[in-house]
Amino acid sequence: MNKLITVSPSPHVHSGQSVEKLMYGVIIAMLPALAVSIYFFGLGALYVTLLSVVSCLLFEYLIQAYILKVPTRISDGSAIVTGVLLAFNLPSSLPPHIIVLGALVSIGIGKMTFGGLGNNPFNPALVGRVFLLLSFPTRMTKYPIAKGFDTPLLISAKNLDAATGPTPLGLIKEGLKSGESIASIFSQHDITYGDFFMGSIGGSLGEIAAFALILGLVYMLIRKIITWHIPASILGTIFVFGGLLWIFSLEGHTFLLNKFSLHVPYIQYMDDTLGYKIPFHMADPVFHILTGGVLLGAIFMATDYVTSPMTTRGMWIYGIGIGVITLIIRVFGAYPEGVSFAILIMNGFVPLINRYIKPKRFGEEVSHG
Amino acid sequence: MNSVIIYTILSLSGLGVAAAVILYFVAQKFKVIEDPRIDQVEEALPAANCGGCGFPGCRNFAEACVKANDFEGLYCPVGGNETMSVVASILGRDAVEQDPRVAVLLCNGSCDARPKTNQYDGAATCSIASALYGGDTDCQYGCLGFGDCVEVCNFDALVMNPVTGLPEVNDANCTACGACVKACPKDLFELRKRAKKDRKIYVACRNEDKGGPAKKSCQVACIGCSKCFKVCPFDAITMNNNLAFIDSDLCRLCRKCVPECPTNSILEIGFPPRKDKNEDSENASGEPAADGEKETISEKTNHNKEE
Amino acid sequence: MLRTFAKGGVHPPENKFSAHETIQDLPVEGTVAIPLSMHLGTPAKAVVQKGDEVKTGQLIARGNGFVSANIHSPVSGKVLKIDTSLNATGYKREAIFITIEGDEWDASIDRSDTLIKECKLKPAEIIQKINDAGIVGLGGATFPSHVKLTLPRGKKAEYLIINGVECEPYLTSDHRLMMEKSEELLVGIHILQKALQVDKTIIGIENNKSDAIARLSKFADGCPDIRVQPLKVKYPQGGEKQLIKAILNREVPSGGLPVDVGVVVFNVGTAFAVYEAVQKNKPLFERVVTVTGKSLAKTANFKVRLGTPVKNLIDAVGGQPEDTGKIVNGGPMMGKALSTPEIAITKGSSGILLIPENESKRKITEPCIRCSKCITVCPMGLEPYLLMVLGQKSHFERMENEKVMDCIECGSCSYTCPSNRPLLDYIRLGKSEVAKIIRSRKK
Repeated sequence: MNKLITVSPSPHVHSGQSVEKLMYGVIIAMLPALAVSIYFFGLGALYVTLLSVVSCLLFEYLIQAYILKVPTRISDGSAIVTGVLLAFNLPSSLPPHIIVLGALVSIGIGKMTFGGLGNNPFNPALVGRVFLLLSFPTRMTKYPIAKGFDTPLLISAKNLDAATGPTPLGLIKEGLKSGESIASIFSQHDITYGDFFMGSIGGSLGEIAAFALILGLVYMLIRKIITWHIPASILGTIFVFGGLLWIFSLEGHTFLLNKFSLHVPYIQYMDDTLGYKIPFHMADPVFHILTGGVLLGAIFMATDYVTSPMTTRGMWIYGIGIGVITLIIRVFGAYPEGVSFAILIMNGFVPLINRYIKPKRFGEEVSHG
Repeated sequence: MNSVIIYTILSLSGLGVAAAVILYFVAQKFKVIEDPRIDQVEEALPAANCGGCGFPGCRNFAEACVKANDFEGLYCPVGGNETMSVVASILGRDAVEQDPRVAVLLCNGSCDARPKTNQYDGAATCSIASALYGGDTDCQYGCLGFGDCVEVCNFDALVMNPVTGLPEVNDANCTACGACVKACPKDLFELRKRAKKDRKIYVACRNEDKGGPAKKSCQVACIGCSKCFKVCPFDAITMNNNLAFIDSDLCRLCRKCVPECPTNSILEIGFPPRKDKNEDSENASGEPAADGEKETISEKTNHNKEE
Repeated sequence: MLRTFAKGGVHPPENKFSAHETIQDLPVEGTVAIPLSMHLGTPAKAVVQKGDEVKTGQLIARGNGFVSANIHSPVSGKVLKIDTSLNATGYKREAIFITIEGDEWDASIDRSDTLIKECKLKPAEIIQKINDAGIVGLGGATFPSHVKLTLPRGKKAEYLIINGVECEPYLTSDHRLMMEKSEELLVGIHILQKALQVDKTIIGIENNKSDAIARLSKFADGCPDIRVQPLKVKYPQGGEKQLIKAILNREVPSGGLPVDVGVVVFNVGTAFAVYEAVQKNKPLFERVVTVTGKSLAKTANFKVRLGTPVKNLIDAVGGQPEDTGKIVNGGPMMGKALSTPEIAITKGSSGILLIPENESKRKITEPCIRCSKCITVCPMGLEPYLLMVLGQKSHFERMENEKVMDCIECGSCSYTCPSNRPLLDYIRLGKSEVAKIIRSRKK
């Protein structure tokens, strides 16, 4: 034996789990949603995604090699995940220079300035997305009308209004501003829940097809890439808190009155005694779950390892916070969509959550069987 | 419009004045009365906050000095005698003096001299490796080479030599604060008394195995043969557990023990090279060496008498 | 639904290659070095000196203090010297060297195979006999058994749990003992019951040893006080806290002992040693050791005299394979890697595992991605990622607050980490530093 014996502390065996396996697992989980987006938006969707991924990889490599001067590790897949997630937040007709800028901000500011993988407090894809939303508000909120492979790859500034169509959330926000009721908005634009589920609606690449995203969730749960706590708490909060809010909205009040002859007492009091009409309209919670970035956010964005809490108790608090903030922005705020902001805000709380919420220690309370 | 500006100026100024008044009273009420000498002493300290004095930070040392009656157990190794005399004059006490010291690594088991007998694959810190086993060589007393000492030194006085695998002390930067002594899990660092021109003579070994196994594990190990012990004219060498130790407070740097050591375990640093082992006795009797730096035994004895 | 503990745990591949290898005697010749400390607590003090003739089973070192254990000669011959020898701690420690001559046993030992069921001794006498025989926990912890049997004032035991789980991959010595010495085991259990003054015993066995479950259930059928509890296969089920939780759903409080919830746990090997000590006057000087590994042509379970060099066991299964990367004393999750096969088998050596070179090296450590898998698998509810960072920065007081002393060092965290971070290395460092802090506080 010319080789020397190896000595190291235990354990002497490893599960084989690696960052690559986890990241590539996430990428596979995102493929159904990518496929659906190509089906509806054509090759534009593919190009946006590819450009986003390549830019993220390139910027990560350049920054690691020439600015930080550390060994480059772009093969671990985390930059690809950021690239795809960023692309999922963009319209399929976004001009390439904006995509590249978004990638630069995501990777450069959202990830690298904090020290690279594992050190960033904010979700890099969301940092890029919000930056683009605030910098290019028109471009980022005009989604092309889905025409399959006939969808134009690029829309010039002139054609922007003609070639783009609204998202369900956008319709609600705009419609409410002009005084319509939600029921009439639904019937006017021929919106059905089936459309939300299958994806034939306006929106960014990743948010259209609910079923494709749920497929991804199931895959990640089976492969134990993520646990169920964060998606469950976000969706649960949207449903429960959304439901509570909805009861006090005009739509909820009307629904309960008509379907179950149920008068919600508070509204009754406000109505009769003060003559004060509830001022807000709100679509039902199922609508909120199926539209916009809630499913994308709950399944892929909020579950990002680096920026989410470490303990399951912490994950519940995180998820509830995201759900509440999303609904408040959507219902009472100026933006039609609030998931990105909600996640970024809760990302800011994560270090605090990690500091004070500890897992249940074994032997904390003596239990007798 | 003018009234708006006037009201703005008035209200903001009022706020400012109110804030200033509140702050003044709060500062007075919660003022901490401290002996002003603590600030003065702290001023005089080197502000390294290294913990070498045994206190967490220079301010705590300053407090301890002011509160104590004398300097028993209080000494700043970084500032040394100079600083302590300044502190003493601030506090109106007699100054204390200690011989300046320097950290020395009592191991010369480099990669060449001490062959590896297994491969270590754990976390690369000395504390973790040392908790696991004796090391990747057959000498369980020797330096592990992962540099916990280098990490902990605040004064850039330690550098790991990649060829020998041993840390090297930069005598100029070393303040003998003792951080490396605490950090080394093998207790290989010693704060030895400094000599002229940073000369040193020491047994670079801590191996307590019997001669046979010691030599087998490292070519320059101390085998406990006691030859150095027998030849030392100043009783500076003691033998314990197959290991020789030279007391730096008693050693006069006469160099007699160095050539006696059969494994070259005793290192002499900062001396001019010997011409030949046989000529040593001649040199010792008074001939000046070619480079004029050498100090003969007779000169040294005179020198010591003068001190 | 099989029972198991709720929190944490991992499923390393079981690799129980030697599960059906019957126990074989492994004789030894030449010189053996018996360490004076093969147990937790103070090392024993030698009662023989150079030149003394000793018989197999004769007392050669006496326990020093309460938490200590006697040591008996595993061979007959002459004491060569008392000197330091490299042992499984990784350092040279005091040992008694004996040159072997023949195999003459101490006359008091009953060498017959007859099963002796009756034990007429009183509890205190049983405990004394176990103390005299130098019995320590043979599951690997080597805690002196007479100390465990001497319950602290005011505490009573309700259950005796026998740990037949053997959750470490590869190891099968307990399995074979349960298969081949079942009746002796049951007598040993009755003796322990008597010593603890309990009347209920549960033997916990993992479900991958269905033959042992069947066999012991059959023999225990006639004993109303003993029942066998099959358990789901999950590591570290054999940890006594996890075992008590799985079987009785009781949690030993942090910093406490199993007896705080009315339970005392003993390994099957220890129970068997108790039988031999109390019924046959045979002190502890040999044990069953599994020799196993993927590259070995054959694996085995040997009955080995203490002090036998590991090399002998490896040679007995065909010699060390060319591609051996590591020699581990114990299982792959908690065993200790040896720097040379010259090291001796001690009371705590449950197995020798040879790991091939291509599985011996750790992968490169990468940054923590905060995936929280280490928290998910930790059976004690700790946060290993945080403990490692605190250990790296030497924040030992904060590590104490984060309950680092609760860690059972099972290795599930390092096993799982996708970034190959040496979590357990730093946790162990933290534990030893915090132990020092606690000791200095008590003074």
